[in-house]
Formats: sequence, C-alpha cells, structure tokens
Amino acid sequence: MAKAKFETPAFRDYRDIPAIQPDAMAHSQPFIAKPEHQEPLGFPGELVDDWENKAVAKLGDLLTRYKSLKVFLDSCVKCGACTDKCHYYLGTNDPKNMPVARQDLLRQVYRRYFTLAGRIAPGLVGARDMTREVLDDWYTYFHQCSQCRRCSVFCPYGIDTAEISMAGREIMDHIGVGQKYSNEIIGKVHKIGNNLGLPLPALEATLEDLEEEVKEDTGADVKYPVNQQGADVLLVTPSADFFAEPHIDGLVGYGKVFHQAGVSWTVSSHASEAANFALFIGSYDQMHKIANRIRQAALDLGVKRIVFGECGHAWRVAYSFLNTLAGPWDFLDPRYPVPQHICEFTHDLIQRGALNLDKQANDHMTLTFHDSCNVARASRMGDTPGGQFHIPREVIKASCNKFVEMDPNTTRESTFCCGGGGGLLTDDLMELRVKGALPRMEALNEARDYHGVTHMAAICAICKSQFTKVMPYYGFDMDAVVSVHQLVGNAIQLGTKE
Amino acid sequence: MSLLTYLYVLLFHAAALIMIVGLARKIWQFATVPAPLKIPTTPAPVTRGGVAMRLLREVALFESLFKSNRWIWIFAVLFHAGLLLVVARHLRYFTEPVWGLVHLAQPFGIYGGMAMVVGLLGLWARRLVVDRVRYISSPSDHLMLALLVAIGVSGLGMTYVVHTDIVQLKAFTLGLLYFDWQPLPGDPLLLIHLGLVAALMIVFPFSKLLHAPGVFFSPSRNMVDNPRETRHVAPWAAPLDTARDR
Repeated sequence: MAKAKFETPAFRDYRDIPAIQPDAMAHSQPFIAKPEHQEPLGFPGELVDDWENKAVAKLGDLLTRYKSLKVFLDSCVKCGACTDKCHYYLGTNDPKNMPVARQDLLRQVYRRYFTLAGRIAPGLVGARDMTREVLDDWYTYFHQCSQCRRCSVFCPYGIDTAEISMAGREIMDHIGVGQKYSNEIIGKVHKIGNNLGLPLPALEATLEDLEEEVKEDTGADVKYPVNQQGADVLLVTPSADFFAEPHIDGLVGYGKVFHQAGVSWTVSSHASEAANFALFIGSYDQMHKIANRIRQAALDLGVKRIVFGECGHAWRVAYSFLNTLAGPWDFLDPRYPVPQHICEFTHDLIQRGALNLDKQANDHMTLTFHDSCNVARASRMGDTPGGQFHIPREVIKASCNKFVEMDPNTTRESTFCCGGGGGLLTDDLMELRVKGALPRMEALNEARDYHGVTHMAAICAICKSQFTKVMPYYGFDMDAVVSVHQLVGNAIQLGTKE
Repeated sequence: MSLLTYLYVLLFHAAALIMIVGLARKIWQFATVPAPLKIPTTPAPVTRGGVAMRLLREVALFESLFKSNRWIWIFAVLFHAGLLLVVARHLRYFTEPVWGLVHLAQPFGIYGGMAMVVGLLGLWARRLVVDRVRYISSPSDHLMLALLVAIGVSGLGMTYVVHTDIVQLKAFTLGLLYFDWQPLPGDPLLLIHLGLVAALMIVFPFSKLLHAPGVFFSPSRNMVDNPRETRHVAPWAAPLDTARDR
C-alpha cells in the first residue's frame, strides 16, 4: 500500500464540498503490529480465537469506563452538521471519513449488542453483527482519523470522533489487531525513554554538537544539559526536537531562551519524550505508564518546574491529563502551573522584558501560524480560554516583523489538522497524509497568493514532520514550515541581557 | 365507557411508564459512568458557572450547530422552538384552571405547530437531497421524521379540518393524570394523533431522541477547563497510582 500510486488532490474552487465517492480510501490501511510490538504492551500478538465476542465484551467494558463513549454512541441524531468538517473527508471524498459515518462503524455494533432497538430490528436502525468485514472497516477507517477534534467543535452535542476512534483502536489492540507504528513506538518509550529509541549516549552526543554549533554561530556558551541534577526546569520535549528539521531549530531556540533568562534546565534521558502515543491507541494504562516516567524523572532530578516543548498531542496529554495521570505535583514549586508550555514560559519573559529580541533577524520571512489541532481544541495556555491561540502568536509577533493570518475558517478552534496526527505519521499512510493536508494547503496557498506568505510556523512535532514531507506535493518548499522557537532563536540577541 | 377509552388509557399509562423508567435508567447511566480524563472541547469555560452558560447556549440557541451549518440550524430551530410552543399550548389539556401563561401561548402554539412541520420537512428534504446526509441515514431516521410530521399534521388537522370535542378530551387527559378515567372522543384524527404521541413516548428512551438528555452529559461540553488546578481521577483509575513506585 505504501507504494500505491495516487494523485495529489487539486485545490478546490471556492472550497466546495466534494460529492461522496464510496470506498475511495478502502485500500488504505497501516501495517499491522507484529507479536513483538503487541506483547510488550500486554496485548495479544495476533487475532485471538473467538475475537468477535471478545471485541463486543471489550466494548461493553469501555462503556462502563468512558462517559464520552456511552453518551456519544447514544446521542447522535445524524443531522449531518459534521459531514463536511473532517479534513480526511474533504481530501479523500470517502464517505466513511465523514465523522458521523466513522462513528457509525462502532455505533452499528453498539446498537446490535447493547440496545433494544438493535437487538430487535437491526436493519431498521443500522445495527450490524461483529463480522470480519466490520473489523476490516474499523482497522481501515479508525486509522484515517487523526483525533483532531474538529468535528466535536461543530457537533451540536460535542460528539468527539477522537473518543470513538480511540475506543475502536483499544478494542482492536485487545483482540490482537494493533497498529505497528504506534505500538512499536510505545515499546521504544518503555525500553529506552523516547519514540525514536535514542539512548543516553546518542542524546549526549547530539546535545554536545548543538552546544558547539550555537557557540560557533553566536559566540555564547548556551548549554543543552542532560540529566543535570538539581536544575530548576525539567524540559520534556518531543524526541524529534533532537534531530529532525525544523524541530531542532526550535530546541536551539528553547536553549537560548533559558540561557538569556538565566534559568537552569535539563532534559532527562528517562523521560526524553513529550509525545505520549498511548493517547492514540486509547489506552489509559499505557498512557499512565508513559506519563509516570516524567514524574519519576522530575523526582530523580529534583527539579522545581516542568516545561513542555513544542508538541501538539503531547501538550494535550500534558496540559489536560498529566495531573490526572502522574500527579499530584505537590513536590514542585507551587508558583508555577504544572506543566508549563515553552510558549507560556517565553511569553512570560517577553512580557517582563527579560528577552532581547531583534525582529529584523526574521525579515527574510513573511510568516503565518498553523494552530495545531490538539493545542487548539484540547488544551489551553495561560489563564484565560483562548490563551492557546494568542500566546504563540504573541511570541511570533515579538520575534518577527511580518506576520499575517490565514483564512479564519481554518485557524483557532476551526483549524485543520496537518493530516498526520493521531498515530498516522507513517510512510505506509502516505496517500492519506497527502490528501488529508489539502484543506490546510489550500488556506496556505491563499495566504501565499494574497499576502506573500513564505513560511508557516507551527508548535507541534507531528505538524512539522508532516508538512516537511507533504508540502512539496502541493508546490511548497519543504523548509517553508518553521518552529516558533526557531523564530525566537533567530531573533534573540545573546550576550545583551543575561 | 367504551373499550376504546380503556385501550387508550392503558396505552398512555404504559407509554408514560416506559418513557419515565427508560429515561431515568439512561440518565442514571449517563450520570454514573465516569469520565476518566478532562476532555472539554477548548476554548472551554474555566468555571462551573461558565459551563452552565455554555450548556444553556447549546440547548437554547444551538450554538455549535449555528457555527456548523446554517440550513440545519434554521430547520432545527423551527422544529424545536415550534415544538416548545406546541407543548405550551397543549398544557391547557393538563391544567385546571388553565395557567395564565398557557392562555397567552394559545395562538402561538398554532404557529408553533406550523413551524414544527416546516422545520421537519426541511430536515427531511436535506436527508433526501444532500448526498452526505442521505448516506448516513438509516430507515429509523426517516421513520422518526415521518412520525413527528404525522403528529404535527394530525394535530393541525384538528384545528383546521375536523374538530374534536376538546371539552371531553380535556376530561379524558385530566382523568389520565388523576386516575379518574373519563370517556375519550372517538374521532379518527384524534385517535391517530394520540396513538402516534404514545408511540413517540415509547421509542423515546430507545432511540436517538436520547440526544435530549445526552447533551447535558456530553463531557466535551460539560467539563470545566481546570486540569492543572484540580486533579481529576476516576475511581477505576485510582488503583493505578498505588502501583507506581512513588
């Protein structure tokens, strides 16, 4: 499937809603996890005997644990409000990528086994038995959801398809049908501490190189410490920040900010990963284990605060779930929220005049900002609702002269996912990723035509990797996506404040 | 009293019982299943009062639907607001003496009935014409619209075409409430209207009409955005904390 030929969708005139093309993406499935990816997470290695009944039983179990699942499966009236809201539907035209149709893949089984109407008259209410065909649809289409929550903004009952696709993946994991990409990565976190499997020596070498580079560029002794006992701040950042472009330029920027602020900080090799991929597979258990590596690291290193680097779904788990999963944080400095986003940290310094930023350093770029889905719709920054929108923008505007917005129907809480979130950032889903990026690419193209935008800033490791890969399909340079803290790093005048 | 009267008395008592018990059971489930994680769709209110306002806007104004699709919003408001007025008008059959506000609602109730039918037909037209909505529709979705339209049309029919003996009808409905049974007028249109209403009451707790209680329990709408300030742990998840090292 990875090598299947496909066409990059054309930009639509007037953003018209495409007509449905049934089964247009029925062929798109990610690689299935092998036993060696499944078993370390406690999932069966392959499809278990009597899987039909076990799948239904697991659904029954989840219905007693998740209010969201119970209420969402019962409440949909099929009004159709969500049908044109998913970037995967807009990019693929496959009707099963309409949020309600994706939910119905689970809802049909729920109705058959857990509702009176579905037991008595399945045909009447669209209820179906748990069959191989249904399982195939689940695997196909629950892996065409990036859990971006755009549908939940527009649903009159707030039904969030992310909750449904997480439950679907959790059920499939429990009958031995996992997704290789996510489960292999979670295994690496348990074993090594990060998604990329970078061990401590590699981490140390990378960060030492970084220190030398920054020294050459700026002449300043900016430190990029690992496992430094007694540092004030534990920085938890996506491991892509340690090696990928443009992520690493963001990491350079974080280091410069800490340096000028005079705040001691460190990364931890034990918790060298901000992203918590267990979110994608809907596993509370796994998410709890991964999150508690951060607790462990904070205790071991004796830090006073925790700051997260630029990462979208990670910030959701950090902001919304970390207190639940790994709290209470009573051993940290109570003057700061736990955790803090690096943008909150930098924004705070900017407001206090503690950073010396020369906006001209970014004059070669005209910038716009891509709101990452899970930052926008599943988290917050600062003290007031919507801080997740204005704080990163304030940081950007303090670092550059030329900033413009994209179409407001595609930003803030209406933002479109990059097309690679939720465990889909894998080469075996390349067609889906390219097509799913269409709505964002259209908005960016418009901003380029009308406002001369040259670069798009983002605060998510997945967005950055995804855009780097798919933007060339739409006629943009791969380096047209930049980290927000790359801009800060460019603008900061080291040696003038500290 | 006729067999017909006994039949309808029985039907309405059974329908009311099924609806009340069924809904109570569902609401109990919605209320007691825990939400282990904080999942409000953000930006979200940071206080309980803010959440109450968010839910009020959602229920009274269909705020999210307004952002989402103007046509569905118009038809949905026509139907729901119309239904509200119709119910207000019908309270005259259940109150003696009739409350002042119910008196005031009488003429609006008729317009409400018309608005309700127009809204339903608009929603139905979308279900038939828009390919995306047609794709997601089950037979039950069409049947539900048919049922509601038939209730509306049969009701309007008694206002404009064939009147029924509303004094006797009121005696019957009050009799239902106070278990003091009175004869029901035997007009066919009335019998159809009441039969369909009873059917609606019976399917309520087993159908998508559960969106009515559901909206209040939707975690993406009813949770406060304060996860960093307040630790939120579900009872089933708490034992995981004791298993960790420290």
